[in-house]
Formats: sequence, C-alpha cells, structure tokens
Amino acid sequence: MQSLDAEKLRNELRLWLESNWDPNASLIEWRTKLAESGWGMPTWPSQWFGKDLSLVLNPIVDEEFSRTNAVTVARSGIRLLAAATILEHGDDSQKSRYLRRILTGEDTWCQLFSEPGSGSDLAGAITRADFDGSQWIINGQKVWTTSAHHADYGLLLARTDWEAPKHDGLSYFVIDMHQPGVNVHPLKQMNGHASFNQVFFTDAVVAPENQVDRIGNGWKVAMTTLMHERRSADALRSVQRDRNLEGRIYDEEREETATVMEPYKWYPQRAGRVDLVFERAIETGKIDDPVVRQAVADLMIKAKTAEWTARRARAAQQQGRPQGPEGSLGKLAASHVARQASKVHTMISGSDSMLGDEDGPLAGLIAEILISVPATSIAGGTDEIQRNIIAERVLGMPKEPRMDTGPFRDVMKNPGPGGAP
Amino acid sequence: MQFTFNEEQDQLRATAQKFLADKSPTVEVRRLMETHQGYDPIVWAQLSSELGFTATHIPETYGGLGLSHAELGILFEEMGRTLLCAPFLATAIAATAIMNVGTESEKSELLPDIATGARIGTLAVFETFGTWDADSIELTAKNDRLNGVKRYVLDGHIADFIIVVARTTTSDGIDSIGFFLVDGDAPGLNRRVLNTIDSTRKLTQLEFVDVAARRLGGNDDQSAKLADTLDLAAIALANEMVGGAQHLVDETIKYAAERIQFGRAIGSFQAIKHKCADMLLDVEMAKSAAYYAATAAASSDPELPVLASLAKAAASEAYMRIAAECIQIHGGVGFTWDNDTHLWFKRAKSSEVFFGDPSYHKEQLVTRWRH
Repeated sequence: MQSLDAEKLRNELRLWLESNWDPNASLIEWRTKLAESGWGMPTWPSQWFGKDLSLVLNPIVDEEFSRTNAVTVARSGIRLLAAATILEHGDDSQKSRYLRRILTGEDTWCQLFSEPGSGSDLAGAITRADFDGSQWIINGQKVWTTSAHHADYGLLLARTDWEAPKHDGLSYFVIDMHQPGVNVHPLKQMNGHASFNQVFFTDAVVAPENQVDRIGNGWKVAMTTLMHERRSADALRSVQRDRNLEGRIYDEEREETATVMEPYKWYPQRAGRVDLVFERAIETGKIDDPVVRQAVADLMIKAKTAEWTARRARAAQQQGRPQGPEGSLGKLAASHVARQASKVHTMISGSDSMLGDEDGPLAGLIAEILISVPATSIAGGTDEIQRNIIAERVLGMPKEPRMDTGPFRDVMKNPGPGGAP
Repeated sequence: MQFTFNEEQDQLRATAQKFLADKSPTVEVRRLMETHQGYDPIVWAQLSSELGFTATHIPETYGGLGLSHAELGILFEEMGRTLLCAPFLATAIAATAIMNVGTESEKSELLPDIATGARIGTLAVFETFGTWDADSIELTAKNDRLNGVKRYVLDGHIADFIIVVARTTTSDGIDSIGFFLVDGDAPGLNRRVLNTIDSTRKLTQLEFVDVAARRLGGNDDQSAKLADTLDLAAIALANEMVGGAQHLVDETIKYAAERIQFGRAIGSFQAIKHKCADMLLDVEMAKSAAYYAATAAASSDPELPVLASLAKAAASEAYMRIAAECIQIHGGVGFTWDNDTHLWFKRAKSSEVFFGDPSYHKEQLVTRWRH
C-alpha cells in the first residue's frame, strides 16, 4: 500500500519539478512557487502551504529535490521553529501573515528566550510585557540571540503575570525587531567571536494580534519551539545536493547561506575536531607516544560510540519504533567527545598549545579548538541540566524538591532589567 | 549497517529473557557458583536441545541454525544480564574456532554435537603472565604431542574437548601457530579449577604432559585465524558485559527510588541523579559499540579488528565504572555478601581483563586504525 503511495508521490513530484524547476529563477520567485504548490513543506497542512503528507513519505520528497538539485524553501536559522510554533499555536491571521514569507526566506527570525538571569531555568524569565490598554509594552533583556542583528521578527517569551506561579505567568509574542525600543548588541565570547547578541527592550511594543496562543500559556508554546529545534536540525541535513552548481538561484542561495552560517564558523572547533587527531598525531610524531595513543583511543571510543548511538536513535525513529534512552544522550556524549578531543589536541601540540593565530599550530586552528570547547557542555542546555533531564524523564527518578513554587513575585531571583513592578 | 534489531531478533531476545529469568535467578546463580562444575546440566540441555542457543551461529550444514554473531550477541547480552552459570561462552568460542580453522570434515564431525549441546568445548590460548595474542604462546606441539601449560581456560574442567592453540612448525620447518584438538579426559592432561574472584565463571589451568592431539585445518600457520577468533571472542564478551552493566543500572535506579535518607528518596538528590545519568550514558555508548561490532562480525566487515578492540575496551570500562557506582550508590549494604551487587561487580572485574584489558585493546585500536 505504502509503496504504491510512494511511487505515485514520486511521479507527481517529478512531473511538477520537470515543468517548474528553473535554476535561473530568482530565489524568492522559486520559493513562492514551492510555498503555493505545497511542495516546499509537503508535511504541513494543505490549508497552509503543505500537502498533508505523512512524515514517513517525506524522504521521497527530499530524494527528488536532491536528484534534480532543486533549491528548497528557506530552512536555515530558526525560521522553521517559528513556523512550527505558529502552525501549532498561532491563529489564522498569524499563519497567513508569517508562514509564506518564512518559506520564501523574505523574513528572518530570532528566538528571544534566554536572559542573563535565566539560562538553565528558562521559565524564570523576567522580561516583562504589560498591556497598556491598546498594546503590549516590553521591557527587559534577552541574551544568546543568534542572528538578532538581521532578524525581522523575534519569538519572545515574556512575563505577563507576577502573581501566578513561575511557568503560568509567561506569554508568547511575535515582536517586530525593527522598532526604536529594540536594541541589539553583539556579545563577544571567550574565543573572540561574536556569534550571538544581547537584545535590550525599552518600552518596545507588540500589537495584541501578535500574541501567540492565550496569555499565560507562553511556557507551553515555548516548549513547542524547543521541541522542534532538534527536528529542524535533522531536516537541514537531509537534502543533499551536488556542489558548485551554476545558475542565478544557486548564487542567491549561497549568499543567503553565507550570511546565516557566519555565526557558526567556529562550531566545528567547538566540537573538538576529532577528524584532525590522527593527522596531527602522525605529523608531530606523537603517534609513537604510548600515553598519547591511549588518549587517542579513548577519544575514538567516545566519538564512534556517540556516532553509533545517534544512529541507533535515528534508525529507531525512521522505522517508527519507540526510541530507547539512546535518543536523549547525544548532547552529553558530545560534551565528552569535545573535552577528550581538546585534551588530546593539547597532548599532541604540547607547548605549542599556548600559541594562537599565525604563531599557533594550523594557523591558530588548534588554539581555537582549545578555547571553544567549553561552549559544548553549556550551549543548548548544560551537561548538569542534561543529567537532570535524563535522570528524571528517562530513568524516572524522583524530582528534586522545588524552591520556586508559589507566586513568582516571591521567588528568589537574579537582579536584572525588567523585573517585578 | 543495520542500527536496530529486527523482529526476529527481538523475539529471540524475548525468548532468552523469559528463559533466563526463570532458570537463572540470583538464587540459582548463588547455588551454582558454589559448585565444582559450575552449571546445571538440566538447564544446559534445555537451552541447547530445546531452545537451540548453542546452535545459533553454526551453519545449517553442520546442524546449526545458521544465524549470525548479531543473534549470538543478543544471547550473550541476556546471559550477562542474568549472570547465567553455564559453559556457553566457552562452547560458542570453541565453535567459532572450529568454523575458522576446521576442514569440511572436521566441521562436520565436531559442530553438530556443539549445536545440540551434546558436547561442551573450550578454547585454550593463554598462558602464564601472557599477553592476549599469539606472541605469548609457549606450549609446544611436536609430532601431535602437546607439552606446556594453559591458563584462564573457560570451563576446562568440564569440557568434553579442548581446542589448544600451540607453537609448532609448518611443513617447511617455520615457527608457527596451530590449533589442536584434545579430548577432555586425554591421558597426561591435568585439569585444575583456578581460584577466581568471579566464581560464577569457572576458569581452569590445564597442564599438558605429552598429550596426544590432532591438528585441525592443516599444517599452515594459523596465527591470523587465532587473531580473528579472539576478535570474535572479544565481541561476544563485550555483548555479555553490556547486559550485565544494564542490569546494574536498572538495580541502581530501583534502589535509589526506594532508599530514604534525610526524609527523601536518595534518587531525588542531584548527586545521585547525575551519577545515574552517567551510568546510563556509559551503558548505552558501550551497547552501541557492542552491537555495531556484532553486526560487523555478522557481515565479515574488514574493520572487524578495530571494532572488536573498540567494543571490548568500551564495554570493559563502562561495566567496571557502573559496577563501582552501583556499589557506591547502595552504600554500606552494597559491600555486603547478601546484597547481589558484588556478583556482577566480580563478573565486571574479571571480564575487564579477560581477552585483554582496556589498555591492551586501546593500543590495538590505534594500531589497527586505518588512517
């Protein structure tokens, strides 16, 4: 049954691509076609730029796009998280206002969740939204915001009720980033890059029609956004294409990708660059040092088992089998890999580990690894929070007694902009 | 490469789990570990002739089920989980050795009796203070007579036959390694059960004084086949170890939820939770390596030597860390004889060094890695 559906789908899409795909079209022109035909996000509802396609059949769509080297809808950044959130929690006018321009890439989005005072404890946000009778007035500060400096819209989590318990006092908004009350400043990291921003709100405004879901339900909406974070990462990987393709649309897409990927250029170093280890050990002669060999083996064990564990999780998911605990371990495993890689690179480079830029090994690349790895065990949830999640949700261990129940006004918190009235 | 188990494999696991839960509860493990022979012949007969476990990876031509090391790995995992006291590892490795070196007629002669469980076999490789490879072998074979001592031989005291790896000479007179078949009750063979910390698994010392033996698989050097056999043995053991490790993780979580201190379950303390999360990470990573290696063995992957060392090192370290943490989280009671944790701790400790300790396998891993 399914294989019949699959063949039908493949033929239909092939025909459509044959008569529509044009590498010399403009990016927006082509993506508008994708959005309007439903082939851009076929798993979305047919009412909203999709085709109600089941997730199981989606790989066929990816295969056909890959085969024809056709450009997809805009998928980078957090735009698909925004779209998924709006699809699930937004009203019809929000869907028609935002979804199409997300797919065409005309609008760029950012996520305004983390604050200086609430990192691991995201629900402790104190950026406030007060209704003045006609619109919401936003005051406070967000941090670690990727792409805020060229974002058109932000997904904002803000506190609307200080008497309610922590999670119940939050609401979710779409905020226009191009307004006087929003100030974006780059945040310089310990490795010298500035991939993220700090966003300051001083009497910024949000119209009532940009409130997503009901007031007080912001935490639940934010969970939807976060849930899609991993899925969209998977989606990005799935469509392979030939390199160095020629045509106007590819040039435009390359330009877009370069802008979007700019903040992530040090991410391979953050992960530890396991790929360089053998090469470096051989060229420095350290491969003959038995202590280094043991450390290299430790690294390879960590890296390969992490890779295979992720593949076990993905295979289970693809076959529609219940995922075991292996699906929750990737982040923690990645931290172990990165730290061990950093240790091994240090052993291999010896005293040169102190040197950076043109004086350092591989023109500063090793130095960048050593000073970027600490981010791995923090970004996207610290290792400690990961362990709590694994213990409580995967292993079903009893919860820690809480100190933050009751009205949020009375809960101990960090000082910061925004804050209780 | 396949990254999930298929339905037949899940069924095999379920069958094994049901059987072992019934036949190898801890009370049975404690009873059998105190006996000299170390296993229950009735349970052995059931798992072999009724369930066909001993026939798993033996080809159908030789009376086996024609399954692979992947299925064998599943059985080892479940046996490790329940600490089954039986000569299964010994016999499975002996079968692997015969499949690797034997001629057609030798396989036809020996494998069917292994498949039915009628005969228990074992492989004798290692010697006193040896490393875990061919270089350490000193026991000699001259004119099909064996002289020397083998140590760490699994279930050697009950084996009906022993495959002995000996130093010999090829027909061109070159020093080489060969596999020899010896009867368990051959004259001149003295068998002694060694005192081990893990009494759920019997290790023996075998002394050969002019013992009659039969060369298996011709007169060429068989050191490459020994290496391959040991890789497969390491993979089998790695799968057994992750089963035991998973049992300890389960027991730890259960205990942490039950044990009350300071007015709350100790499992609600982050200090305990974080240890448990790390234990889970350890066991799942080690499983990934053990499964991957077993699947690779099933498909004769050229990377098998690397994968065997990787899986064995990963399982050894994970099992041992988990066993130590399991006792730690149990606190004082974890150090008592009555608490069952030490049974698995001792299996973890002896498995850690059996077929090569983690340092040995890490060195092998780097040597064998294709750069």
